[in-house]
Amino acid sequence: MAMTFVSSPHSARVNRVDQVMLQVCLALVPGTLALVWFFGWGVLINMALATLFAVLAEALVMKLRGRPALPAIGDYSAVVTALLFALTIPPTMPWWMTMLGIVFAIVIVKQLYGGIGYNPFNPAMAGYVFLLISYPVATTSWLPPDVPALLEARELSTLSFLDSARLIFMGALPEGLTWDAVSAATPLDEMRTLLDQGRTIDEIRSSSPLWGSFGGRGWEWVGNWFLLGGLYLLWRRVISWEIPVAVLGGLLAASAAFWLVDPQHFPFPGFHLFSGAAILGAFFIATDPVSACTTRRGQLIYGAAIGGTIFAIRTWGGYPDAVAFAVLLMNIAAPMIDQYSQPRVFGHRRSERKKA
Amino acid sequence: MSGLRSLLTGGQRKLWHFHGGVHLPDEKTLSNGCPVAAAPLPAQLVLPLQQHIGAPARCRVSVGDQVLKGQLIAEPQGYISAPVHASSSGTVIAIEARPIPHPSGLSAPCVVIETDGEERWAELPAPLAASAAELDACDPAALRERIRASGIVGMGGASFPTNVKLNPGKDQPIDTVIINGAECEPYITCDDLLMRERAADIVDGVRVMLHLVQAKRALIGVEDNKPEAATALNSAIAEAGVGDRVEVVVIPTLYPSGGEKQLIRILTGKEVPSHGIPAQIGIVCQNVGTAAAVADAVLRGQPLIERLVTVTGRGVVEPRNYRVPIGISAEALIAASGGYSGELAKLVAGGPMMGFRLDTDLVPITKATNCLLALTPAESPDPGAPLPCIRCGRCAEVCPANLLPQQLYWHARAKELDKVQDYNLFDCIECGCCAHVCPSHIPLVQYYRFAKTESWTREQEKRAADHARERHAAREARLERQERERKAKLRKKKEAVAAGGAKPAAAGAKPAPAGTKPAAANAKPAPDGAQPTPDANAKPQADTADKQALIEAARRRAAEKKAMLAKAQETTATPVDQQAPVQGDAAATTKRAQPREAVAADQE
Repeated sequence: MAMTFVSSPHSARVNRVDQVMLQVCLALVPGTLALVWFFGWGVLINMALATLFAVLAEALVMKLRGRPALPAIGDYSAVVTALLFALTIPPTMPWWMTMLGIVFAIVIVKQLYGGIGYNPFNPAMAGYVFLLISYPVATTSWLPPDVPALLEARELSTLSFLDSARLIFMGALPEGLTWDAVSAATPLDEMRTLLDQGRTIDEIRSSSPLWGSFGGRGWEWVGNWFLLGGLYLLWRRVISWEIPVAVLGGLLAASAAFWLVDPQHFPFPGFHLFSGAAILGAFFIATDPVSACTTRRGQLIYGAAIGGTIFAIRTWGGYPDAVAFAVLLMNIAAPMIDQYSQPRVFGHRRSERKKA
Repeated sequence: MSGLRSLLTGGQRKLWHFHGGVHLPDEKTLSNGCPVAAAPLPAQLVLPLQQHIGAPARCRVSVGDQVLKGQLIAEPQGYISAPVHASSSGTVIAIEARPIPHPSGLSAPCVVIETDGEERWAELPAPLAASAAELDACDPAALRERIRASGIVGMGGASFPTNVKLNPGKDQPIDTVIINGAECEPYITCDDLLMRERAADIVDGVRVMLHLVQAKRALIGVEDNKPEAATALNSAIAEAGVGDRVEVVVIPTLYPSGGEKQLIRILTGKEVPSHGIPAQIGIVCQNVGTAAAVADAVLRGQPLIERLVTVTGRGVVEPRNYRVPIGISAEALIAASGGYSGELAKLVAGGPMMGFRLDTDLVPITKATNCLLALTPAESPDPGAPLPCIRCGRCAEVCPANLLPQQLYWHARAKELDKVQDYNLFDCIECGCCAHVCPSHIPLVQYYRFAKTESWTREQEKRAADHARERHAAREARLERQERERKAKLRKKKEAVAAGGAKPAAAGAKPAPAGTKPAAANAKPAPDGAQPTPDANAKPQADTADKQALIEAARRRAAEKKAMLAKAQETTATPVDQQAPVQGDAAATTKRAQPREAVAADQE
């Protein structure tokens, strides 16, 4: 082992995988707080559950693979996967679905491909999509944001910590409440449903107290807090600017193009930006280095394509949000994009395309 | 943007950027606080015969010989080679393999001199000019020869023979001489101190170089963490009155700005072509230490027998710079600095980013050794077992060659040698930026070195196989031809016998094309004048004359071929020291090729 490090450089290393992962966890704090503020304790319970199962699954697989489990757990990559996964599922998700999703993410998507660094797909998003396809109703039933005006207008109730825990672990709603009284479609979902019914944007926005300045009330602010975390990651150079800027740019460009042509049937770009998981996806999910592109130009292409795909799936697809699908689709394309977006090497005339 | 840049650079000149690079804690204050001290004369000097890129020098002394300071003890062999001089007076007590400072940790032939402490100088050659101002009268060839005879090699670490670098050839006019005073590696300060203390000599050396390559200007690149050095150089330039041709350019501190290609890019905006040398874009790049050595050689007749070495790191008691005789042991220098201060993680020759670990301090300081770095565990912590690559791409962000270190790593690990070359492995300068920032602590540079070595080995094997195949084909062809000739000869003989001298008169009437052929040859008219192969029926004595001519011709061809190979070798030789093994092989091939040609000629 000592032989490995005879080679230069002899400097103290400035980065470590576990520190990178912890920075990501830290950057998730503001967005998480915002989610808890608007959607209650279920968010935190989900995060704890997912983390627990992720770590257990990781340890188990490492043991089965005959490798030391501690270093694998100690790099905190499973924790990051679990947290991102938990942030995307509704706060009312039954515990066993959360478990299934995260175990699928860790065991099938990550470890069966060789563990950290080898998975071609984003595990958190694959886990989410696995649940979305298997349990579409549970995965799309969100709570309404805790905005008093909105709750009153729709006669909805919020859940206390105990209520959330009971709902998650026993599937029991509080006394006297029906499912309809606690759940609500996400603004993205509602917007698409209403647009599909042939309503115009103006009608939709004036018909309900659900809508805020950009997207849905409450929802639209969560993104800003994730944005804060994302800027922190940029500042600490955990991520580079290319992917988030390209994702948001791609989404804005695609939505703006359609909105300019027909503002009554296509929501304005700000709506897309501040709805669903766009900002979380741009800064935390699309930037997952393992499954993303690695060349600079490649990252721009990759990000822009994700942005465009998000818009396409939101507009013409059958699912409430599109970040997960867009990311997974572009994961497939990432190696090829890398192949064709190599930089011009110093002293070479131009970037020479290499045959695969 | 340019306004901002000129603000940052003091409004001097436009600077360019190279991709990537890292900001490192420079640690220079450890050793640059006090002036250069002369190292104590050691009892023994160990002088490796190869302290440069190219062929090792041939030893010219024997055990028991008395040598004087500055006396030639080994002469260069071949064009790319350098002589070695005794760095003090004394007695040769051994000529044997000793450990040398080399990444391999191997031993190499060295001349060991027991010093007598008298420092008696050998008779030095006369200065070629009284001062740098009188250089114009000097013949460039004589200057180059003096530089070569003084054993000067690149002192920034690559140790390529300086005279070769200063002889770019007529087809490569040089526009700019770039003097490297960037010293971008952390810890090292010997160039800094040299610039502060011997700025005038550096400027003299620069003037010699300018004259030699007939360049219009010289740019001295100094990182902005060495303001004293820049000031000293500026006043030396003003004093010499060469401000119109020589300019100090202060550049931002960013590792690896001192890499030859990076510095050229920063100062001129030009990129040295991949696999090329700076001369191709009209630039020659030399280290400040080399410039001072050139001044010593040309203006004082003094060969390269001493250099500045930084002894530093928190692993030594008193870090500082020394003027040391080449051949002094690292141990003696560490002792001069008060010895090790306690726990030592490693002793490194060179800087922390590109230096190599020494297994022992019982190795001599060579012309290329600029720094002895004793690192404590806190300065150079064990990075621990490497984790899997998470493809974060930090390596690609910092790579000054704009490579994709991560892809190189995957392919090097898989031993996919074609793939690593597709990803331009050989443009890697091994600066270590990628490994420095890697969060998985993967020893990336080690993988690249491995892949390079493997590629060379494969290249050599391939060449050997090609060579064998060619030889086989040539032999087959020769045997076939000989068989054909034998048959033809037999047939002619038979025909001659059958004709039985029936037509000797007719044959005699035809003039023989060769003219000098004896009458007997007229029995058969030469079938084809253009064919160089002599008629099989020719008389033995004529035959030998022809053969001799053919052998001469073949030898000439062989010599031409050799010269061509040597020239090709020279052009490919320059860029990186890693190519040395390939050159060695090319030379070996040339050597092998010669006798083969001769044999072939004999067989004609």
